[in-house]
Amino acid sequence: MQSKKKIRVLIAKPGLDSHDRGAKVVARALRDAGMEVIYTGLRQTPEQIVETALQEDVDVIGLSILSGAHKALFPRIMELLSQKGLTDVMVFAGGIIPEEDIAELKKIGIKEIFGPGTPTETIIKYVLENVPERA
Amino acid sequence: MTIDEIVKGVLAGNRRSIARAITIAEDNTPEAQKLIAAIYPHTGKAHIIGLTGPGGSGKSTLIEKMVREYRRKGKTVGVVAVDPSSPFTGGAFLGDRIRMQELSTDEGVFIRSMATRNYAGGIAKATKDAVKILDAAGKDIILVETVGAGQSEVEIIKVAQSIVVIHAPGLGDDIQAIKAGLMEIADIFVVNKADRENADKAVMDIQAMLQLNSKETAWKPPILKTTALTGEGVSQLIEKLEEHRHFLEKEEERKKSLLRAEAELVEAVKEKIVNVVIDELKKEGKFEELLQKILNRKIDPSSAAEKLLSGKLKKATRNA
Repeated sequence: MQSKKKIRVLIAKPGLDSHDRGAKVVARALRDAGMEVIYTGLRQTPEQIVETALQEDVDVIGLSILSGAHKALFPRIMELLSQKGLTDVMVFAGGIIPEEDIAELKKIGIKEIFGPGTPTETIIKYVLENVPERA
Repeated sequence: MTIDEIVKGVLAGNRRSIARAITIAEDNTPEAQKLIAAIYPHTGKAHIIGLTGPGGSGKSTLIEKMVREYRRKGKTVGVVAVDPSSPFTGGAFLGDRIRMQELSTDEGVFIRSMATRNYAGGIAKATKDAVKILDAAGKDIILVETVGAGQSEVEIIKVAQSIVVIHAPGLGDDIQAIKAGLMEIADIFVVNKADRENADKAVMDIQAMLQLNSKETAWKPPILKTTALTGEGVSQLIEKLEEHRHFLEKEEERKKSLLRAEAELVEAVKEKIVNVVIDELKKEGKFEELLQKILNRKIDPSSAAEKLLSGKLKKATRNA
C-alpha cells in the first residue's frame, strides 16, 4: 500500500532556550509539506538529540537555538552523529546565529543556516532538494 | 546496510539496526516481508502492552513513569508511540517523545514515534511489525501508545496482549470518551490525573458501565487511579499488568490442558469401543470365522473388518 519513502525530520532544541515558537512553526510547515516531524521539546542535550535521531531513523535534523550556545553545542552534536555512524543525516539550523559564525558551522557539516524571518517555503524547498538518498 | 546485516543487528539488539528495520517495515518495501520472516522465529518473548485513551488523558506522561518503573525492576523496554497522519498532506507531527526525552539515552530503552499513515483503526500497519522487531531485539516489555478517540480505534487488540485504557476526569462527558469499543477491549482501566476532583466519579462511571456488561468473563478489568505527574499508582499498575500476564499464561495453560484432556478422552473412547465391538463379534462367532478366512487367504484383513463392522455401524447410525 505504502511504497513511497516518507521524509522523517527531527526538530530539536539544544541547550537552555525557553521559547520554541520558531521550532514549532518550522515543524508545522514541514508537516504540512507531507513530512513526518518528530519534535524533541525544549532543553535537549546533544546526546539526547543524537540518540533520538538514531532511534527515529530520521533523514534530516533541524536544530533551533536562541541562547548563543551554538558554538559549543553544534560541534558536539556533529561529533556524536559521526561517532554513531549517522553521517548520512542532513543537518540544518536556525535561530539566533550571528553572520560571522556561519562559515565555521558550515565547516563542521551543518548544511544550511536559516535566520529569523526566513519564509517557511524556503526551508521546505531546501529540505526537499537536499534530503539525502538512502543507501 | 543489507537486510541480512539488519536482521543480524536486530537480533543482537543493535539500536541502529532496530531503527532501520522499523523504517523498512514502515515504508513497506519488498524487503519488509523478508525482514519480518527472518526475525519472526525470535519473537514471542516480550509482554506487549497497549495503552490507549482520549487525547489529554496523560498517556505519554504515564508511559514515561511506567518505563522508569520497569527499568527499576531491571526490564528492558521498547515504546512505539503512534500519532495520526494528516489526511490532507500525509504529514505528521510526532510529539509524544517530548515527555520521554530523558529516557532517550538509556540503553535499555528504545522509543520510536510512528505516524498512522492513514491506516484506519488508530494504529499503523507497521505497528505490528515494529512490535515484532523490538520483541526479536530482546526487549522484555513493549508499550504501544495510540490515541483512542472512539469505537474504531480498537485495532490495538490485534497487537497487544494486555490493553490499558486510560481516562482522566474532566475530559468532557466521562462516559462519552470511553464508549463501547474502548470499554470492551480494556483489560485494565486507569483513571489518570487522580489528584483532580471528580476522579472518584470517573471511577464510579466506569464501574457502572462495567456492571452493565452481562457477559461473564474470567478476567475482571480492575480500575486503578494514577497521577502520572508524581508517579502515584504506577507501581500498582505494573503489578496489575504482571497479574494479567500470569492470567494469560494460565489461560494458555488451561487451553493446552483442555487439548491434552481431549486427546486422552478420545483415546479412551477408542479403546472402549474396540473392546466392546471385538467382544461382541467374538460372542457371535463371526470373528473366528473371518480369522480362518484371512489365514486361508480368502479375504484380506481390511475387507474382513469392513464385513464385520458393516452391520454394527448401521446399527450405530440408526441409534444416533
